[in-house]
Amino acid sequence: MNIVVCIKQVPDTKGGVKFNPDGTLDRAAMLAIMNPDDKAGLEAALRIKDETGAKVTVLTMGLPKADAVLREALAMGADDAILVTDRVLGGADTWATSTTIAGALRNLDYDLIITGRQAIDGDTAQVGPQIAEHLGLPVISYAEDIKVEGDSVIVKRQYEDRYHVLKAKMPCLITALSELNEPRYMTPGGIFDACDKEVTVWGRADLKDVDDSNIGLKGSPTKIAKASDKVPKGAGEKVNLDPAESVAYLIGKFKEKHII
Amino acid sequence: MGLEEYKGVFIYAQQVDNKLSSIAFELIGKAKELASDLGTEVTAVLLGSNVKGLADELGEYGADKVIVVDNPELETYRTEPYAQALAAVINEYKPEIMLVGATAIGRDLGPTVSARVATGLTADCTKLEIGDFPIQAVPGKEDEQKHNQLLMTRPAFGGNTIATIACPDNRPQMATVRPGVMQKLPKEAGRKAEVIEFNPAIEKNNRFVEIQEVVKAVGNVENIMDAKVLVSGGRGVGSKENFKMLQDLADVFGGMVSCSRAVVENGWLAQDYQVGQTGKTVRPQIYFAIGISGAIQHVAGMEESDLIIAINKDEDAPIFSVADYGIVGDLNKIVPALTEALKAEMNK
Repeated sequence: MNIVVCIKQVPDTKGGVKFNPDGTLDRAAMLAIMNPDDKAGLEAALRIKDETGAKVTVLTMGLPKADAVLREALAMGADDAILVTDRVLGGADTWATSTTIAGALRNLDYDLIITGRQAIDGDTAQVGPQIAEHLGLPVISYAEDIKVEGDSVIVKRQYEDRYHVLKAKMPCLITALSELNEPRYMTPGGIFDACDKEVTVWGRADLKDVDDSNIGLKGSPTKIAKASDKVPKGAGEKVNLDPAESVAYLIGKFKEKHII
Repeated sequence: MGLEEYKGVFIYAQQVDNKLSSIAFELIGKAKELASDLGTEVTAVLLGSNVKGLADELGEYGADKVIVVDNPELETYRTEPYAQALAAVINEYKPEIMLVGATAIGRDLGPTVSARVATGLTADCTKLEIGDFPIQAVPGKEDEQKHNQLLMTRPAFGGNTIATIACPDNRPQMATVRPGVMQKLPKEAGRKAEVIEFNPAIEKNNRFVEIQEVVKAVGNVENIMDAKVLVSGGRGVGSKENFKMLQDLADVFGGMVSCSRAVVENGWLAQDYQVGQTGKTVRPQIYFAIGISGAIQHVAGMEESDLIIAINKDEDAPIFSVADYGIVGDLNKIVPALTEALKAEMNK
């Protein structure tokens, strides 16, 4: 069985957010990490590997420095890693990203493709289902549990107020939620091996059945009209009093606002 | 492809268990504004099995037309038959704008359908308006500026940046819209929409999945998005038991308890109560953030609240930068005392 996990390197917006003196986001100072939903997807693949001996390939599209998340995936236990990188692929929206990744996946044998539900930088949740569409695969989004059963997968698919247990025939694509599992740590041996392993690097020429009109900034139907770092809402009043005074302060404010 | 052939503002009228979701009405409310700017109509697209009866309600909330695709394959949401039906509607009726709720259904259906009809899709929009693209004409290229475009604004980077996106060369212009952000119109009893029954063939192909089981969440089905007052707790609350204290405060206002992601991860509350980027967007009249540090993912889900009160022992907690009233101190002492003081005031 062959599993391909699509992962993305993202700036860590969780906890480690840094701001410039003018209040804008200091992206350069933020750590680059493996996107959390993708990492859960990788862990799910590795658990299937532990059980069935499946081969796990990780694939990312990004800048050359995205090599780091592939090495991390190898150190966690992935067998192969592929980096899709090319200047002409830059500036892609989710349509152009998904056509590119689909073009890379057409070179591979896969029974199961796992992506994260969404990346913490864009938060779109679109690339997974769009890859499935380009490849003509069944898609199950928002997976909170994945089991392999013969030639099928059984997936717990999360909704706001319920879940569905779905069965799909492989090949298929699943998008993983970070609630799926607790990803394993890299092992010292794994880190050692990961440094020695080759990461396959593919460029534009390696993409199969992809038209130039569907890649990069030019191949993106959506265009950014305006982007700005959000101006944070101004802080109101802050007091540091003893508990009784704090309560009195709030009661006063509630009265002022006619809440009580 | 003639872009001018595409006309009208369409919304996907999500139903679950043959009951319309609130997002359907919210989308109609926004679509009415857009349609008025464009001089066109609002069409709701209703997909399901035995759902025709829901069309009247869509009319009462402002839809001018309702396209109904009624097919037994659409009884319970599955990506493929729903994508086939919605793509067929788009190909047949050619809307210039197609809005879908950014729900667990819409965030699956939207990308699948947008890829199928080969157009762009902007996710999780919080603002939609009609305008020009580029927003400022390029000097010397004034005639290349396109008018009457859908400008879609959305947060990214966990709410730290705001981007406005257009889809100038493809139709329909598609967006998913965050629930709870757009306003529904008041219900106009007896208002009728024109109902159009459309029956595209739904082809059973390799992409169908089988539903083995549907498990609904049990217990409290109240939605934190509907609460007027939310008392929200974070990691600083310390334990599942301490949430009792927050519930007592919420009870004073007839409000509800909600939480940050850390609380869900610790197993203190179910995910239904989570506010933030990966939870729900809320905008109650009063939002208490108690023992919540205020990670941007959390703030993104609550900063539109009318009044924000933060209680935290760390005076540098980022939550204070969005709070109208910030209290630095021990929540274990302040919260119960506040509850008692409020009760006393209200009994006066």
